Amino acid sequence: MNRLTWRRTVNAVMSVVTALCALAAVTPLLFVLGFLTVKGASSINWAFLTQLPKPTGEVGGGMANAIAGSGQLLLLAALFGVPLGVLGGIYLSEFGGWAVPLLVRYAADLLVSVPSIVIGIFAYAVVVVRMGHFSALAGGFALGVMLLPIVVTNTEQFLRTVPVWLREGSLALGAGQWKTIVSVVIPACMQGIATGILLALARVAGETAPLLFTALNNSYWARGWQQPVASLPVMIYEYALSPYEDYHRQAWAAALILLALVLLVNVLSRLVLARRMASRRAA
Amino acid sequence: MTEASVARAKVTENVNPEKSQQAARELEPERAQPAVKIKARNIDFFYGTKQVLYGISAEIRERKITALIGPSGCGKTTFLRTVNRMYETVKNARAEGELLLDTESVFDLALPNLRRRVGMVFQKPNPFPKSIFENVAYGPRVHGLANGVRLVELVEQSLRGAALWDEVKDSLNKSAFSLSGGQQQRLSIARALAIDPEVLLLDEPCSALDPISTAKIEELLFTIEGRCTLVIVTHNMAQAARVADYTGFFLMGKLVEFNDTKTIFTNPAKKETEDYITGRFG
Repeated sequence: MNRLTWRRTVNAVMSVVTALCALAAVTPLLFVLGFLTVKGASSINWAFLTQLPKPTGEVGGGMANAIAGSGQLLLLAALFGVPLGVLGGIYLSEFGGWAVPLLVRYAADLLVSVPSIVIGIFAYAVVVVRMGHFSALAGGFALGVMLLPIVVTNTEQFLRTVPVWLREGSLALGAGQWKTIVSVVIPACMQGIATGILLALARVAGETAPLLFTALNNSYWARGWQQPVASLPVMIYEYALSPYEDYHRQAWAAALILLALVLLVNVLSRLVLARRMASRRAA
Repeated sequence: MTEASVARAKVTENVNPEKSQQAARELEPERAQPAVKIKARNIDFFYGTKQVLYGISAEIRERKITALIGPSGCGKTTFLRTVNRMYETVKNARAEGELLLDTESVFDLALPNLRRRVGMVFQKPNPFPKSIFENVAYGPRVHGLANGVRLVELVEQSLRGAALWDEVKDSLNKSAFSLSGGQQQRLSIARALAIDPEVLLLDEPCSALDPISTAKIEELLFTIEGRCTLVIVTHNMAQAARVADYTGFFLMGKLVEFNDTKTIFTNPAKKETEDYITGRFG
């Protein structure tokens, strides 16, 4: 075999091997999607989306309370995590100097990698024990804690992409630093920050562990924020572990809905961001 | 002066015409030169411990165009950014010496006040992520100069002042990013003019533009000259020669020569100036 054919053979072999590895990497996602669609799609019907769970053993019913509960928890998480995260990101990017951002960024990275069950325990200790009972508030707080570091780092990164000359344009007109940040810097990267928030929400939407001993679960509509509340991930967890065939079916359906929502948010926000970046580059 | 003293002066004039003519001649150089708008005396400038300007002294004349030329890194932009204290955005940057705007020290003025009086146009067009209208209205809003109908008039007037009105009057609500580079730079000028500055600093305003846009901006400078003092940093010596009444030549942090443009370009006093202008370096 001469040198050239050897090189060609190596090239061909390696391109096949890498292609196979790439395929292997996306296979789990494809399997999950396919499996969920096959198993779950048949169980999604109007009753599933609008009715409360039926008592154990009875067939039918739905997860309307869990869908609403997940929404409620995410709203609470956003109320807690977004303002703190965005303002913190503004501080890091615009005011922090050198040392403080480094520390906070490091802490945020650590917080992101803390196992979510630990966050659950933290929320249990801080909120549930104090209040004396499980509640939507505690669950929202736990998800908010998970949201916080993602939003902080994301906001900071997008603010840093805003060029100096844009800030200077505003400062040169006599505007103050805060006015410049609010009226020029944030609008320049608003879509990036918003997309980051949506992606972070999509990520925590599927968390089960932090909710197990904070929001707990609820077979009925939660009355107010002080009550335990149902959520899709916890429902999936409980239904999947139950011995009933009908519950298994509903767990698949719930998983499909959860995944569809997360995918939808993901794809939409990435599309918006991509278009935004393209139009910026054109300008 | 009282009436009596005026009368007395007139009488002396009549009595001794020769002497009063002589006095007039002595006054003449003063009168021919417009008033000094910006007076720099011994400006030293440091980034941390690194000195980048050495004892800059210059007098910039009111309602005239002054060009600052020199090779890259010679300190002309730093000097420009000292006038509106834009250098303060850089940590550890420090200016020393005396810099007067009319009679007040630039270093003593409140920042918003200073920057209302001394506008700046940057090298790269930098429209805000807002509509064309909102870009121009930004400054007046910040300083509470106008609102409602007055603001609309002010925006129109500023856009006309920047020779942009006819091109954008039907698309004021469009994003400023939809404009071409040259239009964006004229929008930046309109935005600066909207707060009616006394001085406008231009930091290589044409370096990112094509020749036609450059010509438009240069033309524009002549129309603005009547209402404010212009200081333009440029790499382009032909541009300095075309537009400027006065020219300062910077080299390695020093102001080598400052004079009227004609003298700088035809009869420079210093050898370095001549070498630079004739293209021997830089």
